[in-house]
Amino acid sequence: MIHQDIILVPCGHFEKRFLETIARRVGFEFNCPVNTVEVRIELGDAYDPGRRQYNADKLLKALSSLVLANNSSKIIGLFDVDLFIPILTYIFGQAQLSGRYAIASAYRLKNERYGMKSDDVLLQERFIKEVIHELGHTMGLVHCYNPVCVMRSGTYLEDIDQKGSTRCYACRKITQVL
Amino acid sequence: MENMISILIVDDEESVRESLNSWFAEDGYSVKCAENAKTALSILEGRRFDIILADLKMPGMDGLEMLRRIKSMDKDAIVIVMTAFATVDTAVKSLKDGAFDYVTKPFDPDDLSHLIRNASQQIILTRENETLKSRVDSLTSVEDLIGKSEGIQTVLREIESVAPTNSSVIITGESGTGKELVARAIHANSQRKFYPMVSVHCGALTESLLESELFGHEKGAFTGALYNRKGRFEMADSGTIFLDEIATISTKMQIELLRVLETKSFVRVGGNKEISSDFRVICATNKDLKKMVEEGTFREDLYYRLNVMNIHVPPLRERKDDIPLLVNYFISKYCTSMNKPLLTIEPAALKRMLDYPFPGNIRELENMIERAIVVGNSKRIMLKDLPFNKELIDSDVESLEDFEKAFVLQILNKYNWNISRTAQALKVDRVTLYNKIKKYGLKD
Repeated sequence: MIHQDIILVPCGHFEKRFLETIARRVGFEFNCPVNTVEVRIELGDAYDPGRRQYNADKLLKALSSLVLANNSSKIIGLFDVDLFIPILTYIFGQAQLSGRYAIASAYRLKNERYGMKSDDVLLQERFIKEVIHELGHTMGLVHCYNPVCVMRSGTYLEDIDQKGSTRCYACRKITQVL
Repeated sequence: MENMISILIVDDEESVRESLNSWFAEDGYSVKCAENAKTALSILEGRRFDIILADLKMPGMDGLEMLRRIKSMDKDAIVIVMTAFATVDTAVKSLKDGAFDYVTKPFDPDDLSHLIRNASQQIILTRENETLKSRVDSLTSVEDLIGKSEGIQTVLREIESVAPTNSSVIITGESGTGKELVARAIHANSQRKFYPMVSVHCGALTESLLESELFGHEKGAFTGALYNRKGRFEMADSGTIFLDEIATISTKMQIELLRVLETKSFVRVGGNKEISSDFRVICATNKDLKKMVEEGTFREDLYYRLNVMNIHVPPLRERKDDIPLLVNYFISKYCTSMNKPLLTIEPAALKRMLDYPFPGNIRELENMIERAIVVGNSKRIMLKDLPFNKELIDSDVESLEDFEKAFVLQILNKYNWNISRTAQALKVDRVTLYNKIKKYGLKD
C-alpha cells in the first residue's frame, strides 16, 4: 500500500471514460486513491517554434507550480502534444525521480502518427503504461531490465507494446520499501 | 552492472545538463554535471568517471581541448563528444583525438540508449579483462608443482630462472612425472603468459598429420583439406608451443622443425606464402635424447637448438618425501570437485603408498586417489580402497623394470590385450604402451 494519493491533471482533450479507465488502472496498480483535477496550464510558454514541439522540462515546471493537494500527493500531467527535452528529439513522458511531478503525452502513442490505422484501445493501453511508468519514477523506481515490467525503458512504440502494464515483483518490493 | 557506471556531463547549457541528468538518473546511472571544461577537469582530478559526455562548443576551453587533456590524464576514459553544429572535420578530429563517439544534438532517444549501452559494454569488457589478467598469475602459478624434496625444489628454481627468458627448453622425465605441468609453469611465468600455450602431442600423430598440424594447410592441399587451416606454430604466435614426445618425430620432421626454429617462418602444407610466427618452444621427452643423438636417430643440430636449457623432472620414487603432500593435494582436489567432505588417509594406506615404486609416477598416484575417493565409503581412505595388487606387491620382483614389465603384462592380460583399454587403465597413451610392450618384449 502506498500511503499517498495520485492526482491526474488532464491538460488537453481527453474523453471522460478514457480518464476514468486510466484512474482505475493506476489506482489498481498502486493500490491508492486516484483523483482527477482539471486545471489550465498555458501550453504556449512551453512551445518551441523552432522544433514545433513542447518542452517537457517547462511543462513539468509549470505543473509543479500548481498548488493542487497536500505535499504527499504524486501529480501527473496528461498531455496530447509532442514533447521534447533539449537533448532528445522526442520523449513520451518525463518525471522527477523520487519527486512529486511527472508528465506523459499520448501524442506519439497514436498509431496514426506512424501511418497505421487508428486504434483507441491500443492507445489507451499504451497511455496507461506510460502514466504508470512515469509515476513509478516519482516513487523512486529506475528503469528495470525485466522485459515485462512497466518500468522497462521504452524508446519506441514497439518497446511499449511489448512490456506489461504492471511493475515486476522486484520493482513492487522496492516501491514498498520506499 | 550497468547501474554502477558513472557519467560526467559537460555542457554550458543548463537545460541540456538537466535533461541528460534526469534521463540517465532514470536509467540508474550515477551522474554528475559540469558547466564548463575547467570545472569538469577539476572534478576529474578528484575522481574517475566511466563515461564523459562533453559538448564541443563551450566558452573558454572547447570540447576538443578538454578531450585531449582528459586523454592525457586517463587514456582509457570514454569520451563522447556532442555538438549541435556537426561538421565532418570536427567529427574526424575528435575521433582522431580518441573520442569514443561523436553525436549531433538533439539525439534520438534510442540512439542515446544504444550509445551508452555500447560504451557500458566496452567498460564492462575492459573491467573483466583487467580482472582476468590479474587472475592469470594466481591461476597458472607453479603451485600445482607440489613438493618439498630437493628434486622438485631444483625444478622450481630452474623454472624460475628460465621462465623470463626466451630460451628453448627440453623437459625430460619419465611418463607421468608432470612434464606438461612444468611447461605450463614456464609459460605462465614468462612474458608470453597473456598469449596462448599450444600443446602438440607429437607421438600421437603420423608424420603427414603432424606436418599439417604444425604448419597448417591450404584448402585442397590433400584429400579432406576442405578449408584453410592455421597450424600450431601460427596459433602459438606471441606465445609458447609445447612439443610433447619430441623424440618420436621422424628425421624429415626434425629437419623441418630445425628450419622453423632457425627462421621462425614456415609455409603451410600446399601453400606458397611464407608465414612468420614469434613463438617460444618447449619440448618434453621421456627418452634420452643425448643417447639418441649418439645413435644417430635424433639430429645433433636440432638437439643443440632445443637443448638451451634442460629441466629434468625426477620420478616419484626418487622423491618419496613428497608423497604425503601429493596425497593431501589430490584428496583436496577431488573431494572439492566431487563435492565430498574432505577425507583423511589411513596410516597403513599411506605407508603402502610410500613403499610402492609408482611406475606411472604422479599420474598413477593421482588416479589412485581419485579412484579411492570414488569407491571409498568411510571418512578415510583405507588400504582396501587403493588398487594395489597384492600378488604383485608380494611377488619376488625386485628391480623396477621387472616390476613394470610384470605390471604392464598383468593389465594387458586383464583387458585381453586390448591396447586402448589397457592404455586407459594405465593412464598412459597408446604410444607409451606400445613402447613398453616393445621395450619389455611382451609380444612375440
